[in-house]
Amino acid sequence: MLGLSLDQLRADMNRLLAILFHQGVLDEQFLQLQQLQDESSPNFVSEVVNIYFHESEKLLRNLRALLVDRELSDYKKMGIHLNQLMGSSSSIGAQRVRNVCIAFRAASDHNNRPGCLRALELLEYEYCYLKNKLHELFQIEQQRMLAAAVRYPAPQQHLNNPQG
Amino acid sequence: MGCAIETDESDEMDIVLSSMWPEDMNEAGRQFNIERPGMDKDMLEEVTIKREPDIVDFKRLIELANYTDKGNWQLANLVRNWEYKQENAVRLLREELDTLSKQQREVELKKLEILEEHRFERDGYGGNKRPISILDENLKYLYQDAPRRKHDSVLQDEKISINAEYDSVVYWKQQAMNLEKLLEASLRREQVLIRKLQESIENLEKQSTPVEELSQVLNRADNFLHFVLQNAPVVIGHQDKELRYRFIFNHFPSLREEDIIGKTDVEIFTGSGVKESQDFKQEVLEKGLPAKREITFETELFGSKTFLIYVEPVFSKAGETIGVNYMGMEVTDQVRKREKMAKIREEMAVQKAKETELTKTIHITEESMRAKEMLATMSHEIRSPLSGVVSMAEILSNTKLDKEQRQQVNVMISSGDLVLRIINDILDLSKVESGVMKLEAAKFRPREVVKHVLQTAAASLQKLLTLEGNIADDVPVEVIGDVLRIRQILTNLVSNAIKFTHKGKVGIKLYVVPEPPNLSKQKSWKASADQSTDSPNTRKDSSMSRRTGDQRGSHGCCEGEGVDDNNELKNTLNDQDRDGTPMEEDEASHSNTQESVVWIRCDVYDTGIGIPEHAIPTLFKKYTQAGADTARKYGGTGLGLAICKQLVELMGGQLTVSSVENKGSTFTFILPYKVSSISESSDDPDELSDMDSQEVSDDEDLHAGVFQFQPRTLGLLSSQSSGRIQKLLPITYGFDPSQSFNGLLEDSSSPSSSITYKEISSEEDTHSAAVDTSSEVEVSMSQSLCSANLDSAENNEQPHCSNEISKPSVSQERCRTQAQTDGSSECYSRESNEAPKAEVKPKILLVEDNKINVIVTKSMMKQLGHDIDVVNNGAEAVCAVQCKDYDLILMDVCMPVMDGLQATRLIRSFEETGSWDDAVKAGVELQLAPQHSSPNLLPRKRTPIIAMTANALSESADDCYANGMDSFVSKPVNFQNLKQCLQQYVPQ
Repeated sequence: MLGLSLDQLRADMNRLLAILFHQGVLDEQFLQLQQLQDESSPNFVSEVVNIYFHESEKLLRNLRALLVDRELSDYKKMGIHLNQLMGSSSSIGAQRVRNVCIAFRAASDHNNRPGCLRALELLEYEYCYLKNKLHELFQIEQQRMLAAAVRYPAPQQHLNNPQG
Repeated sequence: MGCAIETDESDEMDIVLSSMWPEDMNEAGRQFNIERPGMDKDMLEEVTIKREPDIVDFKRLIELANYTDKGNWQLANLVRNWEYKQENAVRLLREELDTLSKQQREVELKKLEILEEHRFERDGYGGNKRPISILDENLKYLYQDAPRRKHDSVLQDEKISINAEYDSVVYWKQQAMNLEKLLEASLRREQVLIRKLQESIENLEKQSTPVEELSQVLNRADNFLHFVLQNAPVVIGHQDKELRYRFIFNHFPSLREEDIIGKTDVEIFTGSGVKESQDFKQEVLEKGLPAKREITFETELFGSKTFLIYVEPVFSKAGETIGVNYMGMEVTDQVRKREKMAKIREEMAVQKAKETELTKTIHITEESMRAKEMLATMSHEIRSPLSGVVSMAEILSNTKLDKEQRQQVNVMISSGDLVLRIINDILDLSKVESGVMKLEAAKFRPREVVKHVLQTAAASLQKLLTLEGNIADDVPVEVIGDVLRIRQILTNLVSNAIKFTHKGKVGIKLYVVPEPPNLSKQKSWKASADQSTDSPNTRKDSSMSRRTGDQRGSHGCCEGEGVDDNNELKNTLNDQDRDGTPMEEDEASHSNTQESVVWIRCDVYDTGIGIPEHAIPTLFKKYTQAGADTARKYGGTGLGLAICKQLVELMGGQLTVSSVENKGSTFTFILPYKVSSISESSDDPDELSDMDSQEVSDDEDLHAGVFQFQPRTLGLLSSQSSGRIQKLLPITYGFDPSQSFNGLLEDSSSPSSSITYKEISSEEDTHSAAVDTSSEVEVSMSQSLCSANLDSAENNEQPHCSNEISKPSVSQERCRTQAQTDGSSECYSRESNEAPKAEVKPKILLVEDNKINVIVTKSMMKQLGHDIDVVNNGAEAVCAVQCKDYDLILMDVCMPVMDGLQATRLIRSFEETGSWDDAVKAGVELQLAPQHSSPNLLPRKRTPIIAMTANALSESADDCYANGMDSFVSKPVNFQNLKQCLQQYVPQ
């Protein structure tokens, strides 16, 4: 098992990524993110994305709470939350989430409650989809890294860039 | 005639018979009804029918016929049939009667004619008046009807036949004879008629009564049924509303009629299945719908048999159920076969699954074997050249190098060490797993091991932690075991504990325990493992002891020394008595010592973050950490604990953990050690002596039971440690900038401390990229420090140190940033620690509230070779600008507290006026009082401020420019736009 399915895992990962790009779930920004990952921060992407998940879940919760309060939905606050979410989504390249955010913000700018609710539903759906897919991706990547860890790269590589 | 009736009857019987079958019988069933009557008669004659089996409650049957719809219908059918037949008979009789009466009329006519002739003869005189009796009704129509002609012709014929002369004697004679002949014929006819009449009457009498006919029909049906059913393994019955049998047909009866009729199933049988069938019938009765079920009976009467039972409800005319018809067929054999088949199929499936599982397991095993082999070889192959590299680097570090080179070499060594350690871990693991791990048996002193481990840990400690060791008095001074492995375990556990502990203490506790019962069986195995010797880690360990040995001279924080040797000996002897199992196997190898086994329990406890309960089971698995978060936050391969556990188990002990989340964890391992009674005098040529030579047999240390490494005092104890503490001081106590600044300077005034301070800070600069791999830094530091000490390089370092101190502004800035970020958000304090050096790199400030964006931008800048400061909103940005000159500010537009536009305005206003009045007005709490900064500052150079906008709409771009920003990049930032922006605004 160990290390022998390395290519397989890599292929799986690439396929999954290709699908996500094709569906427009992710965009080039995600590749930028991946470029930031190197020996010094081997888990950079998953770390960032996990923080993103953590933050986004908080924001989504807040948004829902704001919308549920029928009498005084604070559209301004909602806009702030949405800006946050939009910013971080675009930073990690979560294109579809970002697009929904834009629509959501437009709805909240017009104080359009039904529109907001619809957008929130969609947003939650997109978010969940993204999360599932990325988790899948990271799982594969983790396996791949475990597999890769078994076959240590040539020693000089390690010494050449201890600092990344 | 009789034949005709017969055919009629049989035709009718077909209908009747068909009515005897169940209504819902299908076509296949029906086809048996079209046998020709003649044939079936013959067939039935051949069949011998035993009459016993059917037992009929006639009264009930009649009742049924009276009350049930079906019976009623059948009865009606029979009646109709009978009526039809009767009608037919009547019709036939009537026809007969007609013919007879016709003939009678003819005869009558003849008679009349004769009489007429006679009268005509006689009344030849009296005209043709005819005396007709008016009473004779039969004659009435004779006048009108035609038959007369017929008779005329007859008469004419007769007349012709008389040849004699009229009114002669001959004539009369002839006439008389003629008449006589006629009379005779008439008489004959009459006789025939009478006979026929008689026959008819007889026939009529022969015609059966309806009852007879019905019973005949029923008989036939009965015969049919018997013929069909005589060998069928079926039981047919009828049960009434209370499920009492009213009728039963059973070809193989095992009970007599009176035993069954009028009783229910439950009353007749006992055993399993009886109740079920009873309930089933009851159910059908209640639901009113026919149903089938397979029921297995287990009765005393006929053993275990399975019946397929069909039960249909019987309705009264009113539509109520009044009972059930019941039909059972024995299917025991079929069921048995079916079950056998199912079982076989199931077994086959299981077999198949097992096979696939097996092949899979074989495959996996083969693969993992191969992988393990490869792992071991690879690790080994990597290790040899790598140790070459590391040793050469160590040698190189001892040569004369300038500061930068030394740093580089140190980094090289530390990285190499890290890789070596990981490879060793993996190698150990695969060795233990593959069973080739050999254990050494050597004398060692547990107290010293504990002390060394703690010292080593303290040396590389980067936190404010108290390290303590506590060894109970009854622990022997010297024991025999694999000191390398034990040290490895201890080091691993302690470094783990330190890693996950942020404040409080980490400690080791050692005490003797009785032999745990569940481990005794492993002992012999362990003992045999003990005999083999192997020393793969001597290099590492000796270097470790060398390092720690250096420190030992400088501090003596040992208490509780002076435990009596005799006392100690007594304890061990007691232990021996208690255990009562001296290890005879080992006496061969250590013949000069008398040995016993003592179990020592070692607790490694901390006051750290603890381990969530759910994570404990997986804790000791390879490559696993308590959680994904932990892995990210603290790094590590997740191999350490797995190795510890395997090692402990290999040595015949056990490793356990108990933990309370956020309170701390305790790792406990219990190991058996052999104790040699002549410990002090023996002079083993291994680790111990190595230690001894360093230790110079410090006698009080031998029995010291308590060690403590306080974070504060540590700084005073050795130069190495003071460096760590110092580095930490600003973080912990640096909330007040001026205070911490002073404190730092005071500390730095002692030369030994300042050396390390400098080293650390410079090292950090080069290390700034590798923030997360703290362990790496840790190792490299201890290495570098060690080498520095060995070299006695004070001469070299002193000038640098003073240089560093002479630039207080840098450290001031640093500490300010620290203080500030500490206050604002804990998350970024780390990053702020590594503020770029003013001389070399452009200072860049990122103002951004979105964590993700911060991380991404920071990483990108890092890859582009820049370190950046981060603040979270406009107000903080203003403060940051107040404290430090930046070469570039990247400013998010939308932020809480103060947005980017306002912050830019405030900064611009400061740059123009040199005063922060606007900022104060805007409510920004400044770090330095405004009056401090205002007098000596003239209008400043303009810092480029670049807006970062989420959607680069034109109007927001206009806003940016209007508020004094120089440019904007659209988010999300990517390498390209960052690079462009840097090229444009950062002076190279």
